[in-house]
Amino acid sequence: MITKEEVKHIAKLARLHMDSEEEEKFTKELSVIIDYIEKLKEVDVSAIPPTSHPFEVENIVREDTEEKSKPELVAKLIQAAPAREKAYIKVKPILKWSK
Amino acid sequence: MVKIDYFMNLRNLTIKQIHQGLLKRDFSAVELAEYFLREIESKNPDLFAYLFFDKQKVLLQAKQVDEWISEGREISELAGIPFAVKDNILVEGIPCTAGSKILENYIAPYDATVIKKLKRKGAVVLGKTNLDEFAMGSSNEYSAFGICKNPYDKERVSGGSSGGSAAAVAANLAVFALGSDTGGSIRQPASFCGVVGLKPTYGAVSRFGLIAMASSLDQIGPITKTVEDAALVFDVIKGKDPSDSTSLEVKEKELEFNLSNLKAGIPKEFFIKGIDPDVEKVVKEAIKRIEEQGVKIKEVSLPHCTDYALATYYIIMPSEASSNLARYDGIRYGFSWPEAKDLQEVYFYSRAKGFGEEVRRRIMLGTFSLSSGYYDAYYLRAQKVRTLIRQDFQQAFEEVDVILTPTSPTVAFKIGERAKDPLSMYLSDIFVTAVNLAGLPAVSVPCGKAHQLPVGIQIIGEPFQEKKILKVGEFFEKL
Repeated sequence: MITKEEVKHIAKLARLHMDSEEEEKFTKELSVIIDYIEKLKEVDVSAIPPTSHPFEVENIVREDTEEKSKPELVAKLIQAAPAREKAYIKVKPILKWSK
Repeated sequence: MVKIDYFMNLRNLTIKQIHQGLLKRDFSAVELAEYFLREIESKNPDLFAYLFFDKQKVLLQAKQVDEWISEGREISELAGIPFAVKDNILVEGIPCTAGSKILENYIAPYDATVIKKLKRKGAVVLGKTNLDEFAMGSSNEYSAFGICKNPYDKERVSGGSSGGSAAAVAANLAVFALGSDTGGSIRQPASFCGVVGLKPTYGAVSRFGLIAMASSLDQIGPITKTVEDAALVFDVIKGKDPSDSTSLEVKEKELEFNLSNLKAGIPKEFFIKGIDPDVEKVVKEAIKRIEEQGVKIKEVSLPHCTDYALATYYIIMPSEASSNLARYDGIRYGFSWPEAKDLQEVYFYSRAKGFGEEVRRRIMLGTFSLSSGYYDAYYLRAQKVRTLIRQDFQQAFEEVDVILTPTSPTVAFKIGERAKDPLSMYLSDIFVTAVNLAGLPAVSVPCGKAHQLPVGIQIIGEPFQEKKILKVGEFFEKL
């Protein structure tokens, strides 16, 4: 089970706008799925370590050196941004001027 | 006239046979590419396996291979072989949408490592294939651009998420295709479309240039007409890649085995109620045939691998996906809501309008599982059950060499049958997700038909035992 209030809160955390009709729909659908995954509560995991990687591998490290990308690639990556100015990606202001 | 006969039979040619044809100059790489382009042009509007193809780019690649041949250069077996790429794998200079509106106008700025490797061998990229949005789905119905249908029955789904790749190979619109498999997305559509689909060991193939869904599960692998072709393609794409720190060098032992000293395990929990009795019959019949060849069949137990695996998967996968998909912010690439007044609105509306319903559902589910107060009860608990699932397989592999299961509990289902009920859609992956959680290699091979539709058998192996499972797959292929 999940409540509509929780759905609203989760949507906010996930940065998803949701109208109230969608909130209803997601509350219903997510509740069904969450009830299903509740099954895991039947399993005794008290002495079991978690798995975050399927194999026991050692840390992969590399020299901390600078690797330059080709300027054409950099240009293409900038080109992919929806709003640009010269070689920069443009964003909406995050600070407000107070008079 | 000889050439025309050749083309009539092209649909049955394997990579090796095409390679011979090119060497003997029975046809050129350009003629071959033109043949596939014609097939795509005539069949794709109905099937919708491809989201994108560019004739000029295809012919340019093929021409290069013809030049190598005319210069007398030695060419690889994959040179000139036309293949399709799931549209969540980057191919430089052409669109990569991940089946999502949020990436509708995105052009890939570089090649994924797998593409680089295949291009180096001279393989020819035909185009990009349809998928469930961000590879999230089991039917292709969640593609933002329309569904890829099943070539065997246009009223049925091709499977998912690599449905476009499986349908393209099955309908002869490519010699082979690349797919990605997070919880069955190569094997289930391969099974539905009657082709071979290999999910390699976690880390065996570089994922650099694959649009990430769940990073502890995702793998790229081949979808092919034959097991031999799958082995050839896997051989080219595997290996450690400095750009993907999770990739590993594949250490395969040279295999010397025949069916008579092979032990195959059948998990008793996998022949459950809910499985289509006709599918069960076909798979059991195939297992009987392999037993007649001398394979020892042994019942094994994977107690955590049916219900618990799917529940575990539906916590871990959305959790990782919700964090991977945080990068779609309307700022760096992809769709940005033009009417946003401030930064908050850019995030909230670009994501709400750019992502489809299933993607948003999984982001919500993942964010929930990871959120404060629920992390221990869901995500951490799921990671612990994941350990039990791995141990189930480890114990089973102490007794057997491979494990055999149906790939899917049913044949391809009808379009619309499950789309309205997310949970019933998830249940179609009940036999395949455990394999990703344990990081194991598995291949789906056609083993017969039920209701006139293809049925696949899944062969699961120990880590890096791709050769062994493919060898076993070859047997089922001959049935």
